[in-house]
Formats: sequence, C-alpha cells, structure tokens
Amino acid sequence: MRHTISVHVENKPGALMRVTSLFARRGFNIDSLAVGPTERPDVSRITLRVDCEQHTLEQIEKQMHKLVNVLRVTELEPGESVERELALIKVAAPPEKRAELMALADVFHARVADLGADAMVFEITGSPEDIDSFEELVRPHGVKELVRTGRIGLSRASIRRQASRRQHVLS
Amino acid sequence: MAKMLGSDAVLRALEAEGVDVCFGIPGGAILPIYDAFARGTTVRHVLARHEQGAGHMAEGFARASGKVGVAMATSGPGATNLVTAIADAWMDSTPLVCVTGQVRTHLIGTDAFQECDITGVTIPIVKHSWLVQHVEEIPHVMKAAFHIARTGRCGPVLVDVPRDIQEAAIDFEYPDEVDLPGWKPPRRGHPKQIKEAAKAIAAAEKPVLYVGGGTLNGEATAELRELAELWRIPVVTTLMGKGAFPETHELHFGWPGMHGPKWSNFAMNKSDLLIACGSRFDDRVTGKLSAFAPGATVIHLDIDAAEIGKLRDADIPVVGPLKQVIADVSAELRRLDAAGAPSKTEAWLKQIADWRDEFPLRYSKTGEYLKPQAVVEALQGLTAGRDDVIWTTGVGQHQMWAMQYVRCDRPRTFITSGGLGTMGYGLPAAVGAKAARPDATVVCIDGDGCFQMTCQELATAVLENLPIVVVIVNNGYLGMVQQWQNMFFEDRLSQVHLTHQIPEYSQLAEAYGAAGYTVSSEDELEGVLAEALSLGRTAVVDARVDPREQCFPMIPAGAAALDMIEFQEETTEEAFR
Repeated sequence: MRHTISVHVENKPGALMRVTSLFARRGFNIDSLAVGPTERPDVSRITLRVDCEQHTLEQIEKQMHKLVNVLRVTELEPGESVERELALIKVAAPPEKRAELMALADVFHARVADLGADAMVFEITGSPEDIDSFEELVRPHGVKELVRTGRIGLSRASIRRQASRRQHVLS
Repeated sequence: MAKMLGSDAVLRALEAEGVDVCFGIPGGAILPIYDAFARGTTVRHVLARHEQGAGHMAEGFARASGKVGVAMATSGPGATNLVTAIADAWMDSTPLVCVTGQVRTHLIGTDAFQECDITGVTIPIVKHSWLVQHVEEIPHVMKAAFHIARTGRCGPVLVDVPRDIQEAAIDFEYPDEVDLPGWKPPRRGHPKQIKEAAKAIAAAEKPVLYVGGGTLNGEATAELRELAELWRIPVVTTLMGKGAFPETHELHFGWPGMHGPKWSNFAMNKSDLLIACGSRFDDRVTGKLSAFAPGATVIHLDIDAAEIGKLRDADIPVVGPLKQVIADVSAELRRLDAAGAPSKTEAWLKQIADWRDEFPLRYSKTGEYLKPQAVVEALQGLTAGRDDVIWTTGVGQHQMWAMQYVRCDRPRTFITSGGLGTMGYGLPAAVGAKAARPDATVVCIDGDGCFQMTCQELATAVLENLPIVVVIVNNGYLGMVQQWQNMFFEDRLSQVHLTHQIPEYSQLAEAYGAAGYTVSSEDELEGVLAEALSLGRTAVVDARVDPREQCFPMIPAGAAALDMIEFQEETTEEAFR
C-alpha cells in the first residue's frame, strides 16, 4: 500500500541525507521525494511517497523519529490531506494540432509554459491523479520530454489533526 | 569567556564533560588538538597502536565505567580505521564520542591528502555526527555530542573538526544546556502500559525475564533484581546482558540463543510470558523467529520505541528508561500482591531447574589435548567469589565458552562484542576497561584468530601501565568458522587453519614487554593461570587446546531454537572428527 509521509527536519547540512540513507539502509524504497522550505526558515519539509505494509511504515516512522534533525513525522492520510504535484510536459505540437492540445489543457487547467515551432511545453499542477490523466491524454500526440516533481501535501484545514495512533508507544 | 584556539576548546569541552581518559593516535589533520594536549590538560591520553584499537579501548572503557568513551583519530585513514569500532558501538549501544581531524575547510571536496568524507561514511552507524563548519560551533557541538551519546538508547557519535577550525580563535564558553529540538528521548514509561504489564506478570504461570544489554546501559540492574525476587521470576541474560543479574543467584537460568544451554532455551521457548528488558529479539537469540516462544505473551520494556515490534510483535510495549519502568512494574505488582494475587511461579522454577539437571553443559574430558572449556572453567575457579574481575572476549568459539562457563555476579564485568561480532575486540577492550577500573583484574579470554587482529595493543597495555591478562584459547583455527565448515559443509575445511605455533605467542608477548606463558596440559593449567593472574603486569597465556573441539549445544542459523544440536560423546568423537 502507498503512503505519503511528511517529515519536518531542521534546516541543517546533511539532514536530507540522513533521512534518505535511513530508507536505503533498512531496505525501504522511495517512490517520490520532495524537499523545500516551510513557514519557518529553520525548518524544511520532506514529503516522501513510499510503497510498503503498515508494519513497515510504523518501523520507518519510529526510525526517523530517532534522527536528531527530525522534528516531526506525520503520515498524510488520503482524504484528510491535500496533495499536489507539478509536471512539465513537452508535447509534439505541429500548428494543426495546437488548438486541440490547448482545449485539452484548458480542461485540466494546464498552462502553456512555452511554445515552439513544432512543440509546446505544458505546465500542470494538480492531484497526482489529475496529472496522470492529462499525461494519458497528451501521450498519443507524442510526449518528447516529461518531468514531475515529487508530491507535496498538507493536512486539510477543515480536519483537526488526529492524535497519533501509536501515541502510547512514542510518548 | 576565555580566548583560546579551537583545539583548546575541544579539550576544555572534554574536561567540562568529566572525561578523564581518552584513546587515540595523532596525525596531520588533528595536530593542533594534540598540541593542545601537549600544552596541558587534565585528560589522560592513551596512545594506541591502531585507531581500531583506540576505538575498542574507548568502548571497553565505556562498558566498564558506564561513562562515555572517547576516541580520537586523524583524518582519512585514521578516521576510517575507527569505523569498525563505531559500527561495533552502534550495534551494542555503547556510548562513544569520536573526534576526528579533517582537512582544512577550503580543501574539503578536493580529494586532498588524507581526505575522507567520514561523516558521510559513518551516517548509517552513528546516532548523529557533525562536520564542524565554524569554530564558534565547537562548544555546543561537543555538549550535544556527549548528550546524545548517553541519553536515550546509548550509541556512538562523531565530531569531525577541520584543521583550520582547530587553529581558529574562539571566545570559549561551555553551555549548560543543549539545544536539540529534534532529540527527545522518552522520559517515563506510560503508567497505563505499566499497569497492563504488571497484570500480565501477575497472571503468568511460566514467565521469563529476557534481559539484554539495555538493562546495563539503563543502570536498572538493582530494579531488575528487585522485580525478579519480588515475583520469583526466572532470569535469562543475553550475551550483552551477562552480569545484569547475579549469575550465582538461584533465579538465574543461563543465556539464550545459538550456544545457550538447553535449559535456558527451553525456559524462553516454553514460557507463557516473555518480559523483554532492554533486549531486541536478535536472530542469534531467537533462531527461526516464527517458531520462537510460540506460546508467550510478550512484554517489551525498552528505551527505544523502534525496537518495539521490529522483529516480534509486543503485546504490551512500555517505552521508557528501564530504571523507572522496572521499578514501577514492581510497585504495581506489590499492589496486586496486597490485593491477593500472589506469584504462582514455583512449579515453573522447579521445571527449569529440572531441565538444568537433566541437560547440563557437557564436553568430552578424554583425548590427548587440553580442552578449551577446561581453560575457561579453570579461570572461573581461580576467580570465583572475587568482585574485582572484569572479563572481555573476542568473537567466536572461545566467546561462547566464556559465556557458558564464566559466572558474572556484577554489572559491567563481561565486555564483549555481541551485535557486530568484531574479532579482535577483546584485547583493546580490556585495555580500556583497565583504564576505567585500575583496581580490577582485567582478563581477556581471546581466540588465536582474534588475538592476531589487534595484538599490537599489547604495547599500549605495557607502556601505558594498563596491565591485563590475555588468555588465548589457542586451537590453531578460526574455530567457529571451522565448526560451521565441519557441521554444515561436510568438514571441508577452507582457509581456517592458523596453526598452534606461529606466531609463538609467548615470545610475541615477551617482545612486547609482557610476560608470556604456554600451557598445553591440564596439569600445568591452574598453576600457570594463577601466576598470570597474580603477576600485576601484562601477561599472555597461550593455552594450546584441542584443535577440533566444537561448541555445543548449537542452534543452526535459521533453525528453531528447540531443534538444537547437542553434545553427544560418540558424535563428537566420530562424525565431527
């Protein structure tokens, strides 16, 4: 099963390496990874997407808690969080196809980031599923290059954060 | 505040942390710190002959004293030579601060002479590490290093200090507090979980206390004894937990795992309640995990939440400092006892004692050779009842025989490499233990293979006036490997023969300024060992033993604990020879 884990780390040298090294050492695979600043300059947030069993996930969380630079580990539960990705897609676009592609982009709220003689670059932000769908639809036109960021996420503003299910163990 | 150099700041920090001895070897990138030693400090520096030796000495010091061990090395090869000791300390949760020199800041990343990214190399085997970037960081980095090494689950940390930072000027002020927002080791076990644990213990008819090294690190041995005696619970101590409970106590029932006696493994595997205290269900203890103690409810007491459910699911986990957790469990049990729910373990205790009578440790006492077990038994006999003996071991057959035949009644008197299984650990660890406990007689029970990995530290023992007694259980083989080849590879011995006589260990000892003895018969054994023990200077006893003696019982790797192979007079003589 896939899980999204959000890790608050101190913005210090080596913090990212310590987290990713932990995954490698314990044999856990990372599907995607995004790192960036947060509302606090001294804190960065690492969002990891992993495919593992619940038992493994608990083990990963507990191991990460032991890292000195790690401030907080939370799982972003589907339905209780907002998750987004950004993709840039360079699609073959001869003049006669442009209108069709732009209509498609419109449906997905994708933007044209650049336009060339025979190709255009779309920029799309959305849930990973939306991006999958858009990618699917433009693929027949000929995708020349594609890059996606790792996903980032936040718990929903409309839902109060749940107490950790494993509070008794971690406290 | 005092003006000084970064190098001085490192030593002032060690002094402020109460470090009285550290172990190391100087080199180019750490010269300024060694110059600070020369300019004066209260910290005694023990000069090792190899950085790995310095690392194991610091570990032996930490294990014998309960304090943080400190090792120092230069950049590059000096630092990489420390890696084995760091990995060892990581696996066995030994508190260790390693200070390494690094090339000058502007040279980092240029493949400069003796440059190595040691913080990168050690990331998977340290609790935390720092590459110091500014001289002003030194006081709080050192403070944090000691704090992290000894709080929570103990372990190694590394501080890498570039040479130009050692030479830079600083206004030194040592902080009183650490500022580590991400480091929050558990402070108390949860009261509700402790109540649950006590209830389960009160209800159990066949409980076993499965005691690991965490009980020693957590300074919880008195509390453990109180709990065991209060509820009459049998105690089994792991290799790392040896000494956490008096081994001559009527409630002590041996050591679990691959070479543990049958009665200990029976007790663990047939129990209805396992109370794991600072132990981690290591594969050498459990054998085949799915077949381990199938009928047992598990209470897991540990300072490290990540150990809970890592291998065996815990029915009742309690995460917290063992000293408090075990004491609170006892307090809760007293309450239950007063409410009319007394202990009901007597039949179980008798059952385990019966197993012990029925399946004692045995070995053949016939044949032309001195038996390795007889060597350890003789050492035990000569030191029985003494409270000033510390044992260290290498790794292999001799280590298992030491576990089986040495009796430790006090904490921190059995110092061995458990998790990493580092051959060569014993001798330098003994030197470190002697530095921690100058009053003690420190005996290293070593193998001939192990001895040859770190024997250069005899020079350290002799010249630093840290006398130790090394007893080499010399079977002329990499004995444990030989045993596996014998038992699982149809006795095709491959690259395991070291020979009894090269090197001539007694002469090697003499060359290092130590006393050397050779013994090969049971008649001379006790006399030689007694002399070596009473000599007051470093001595090496080369005990030439049966080259093909195997260590029993044995649970083959991956097998269920109850499928152990036992010593059989005829099998040993015939099939295994």
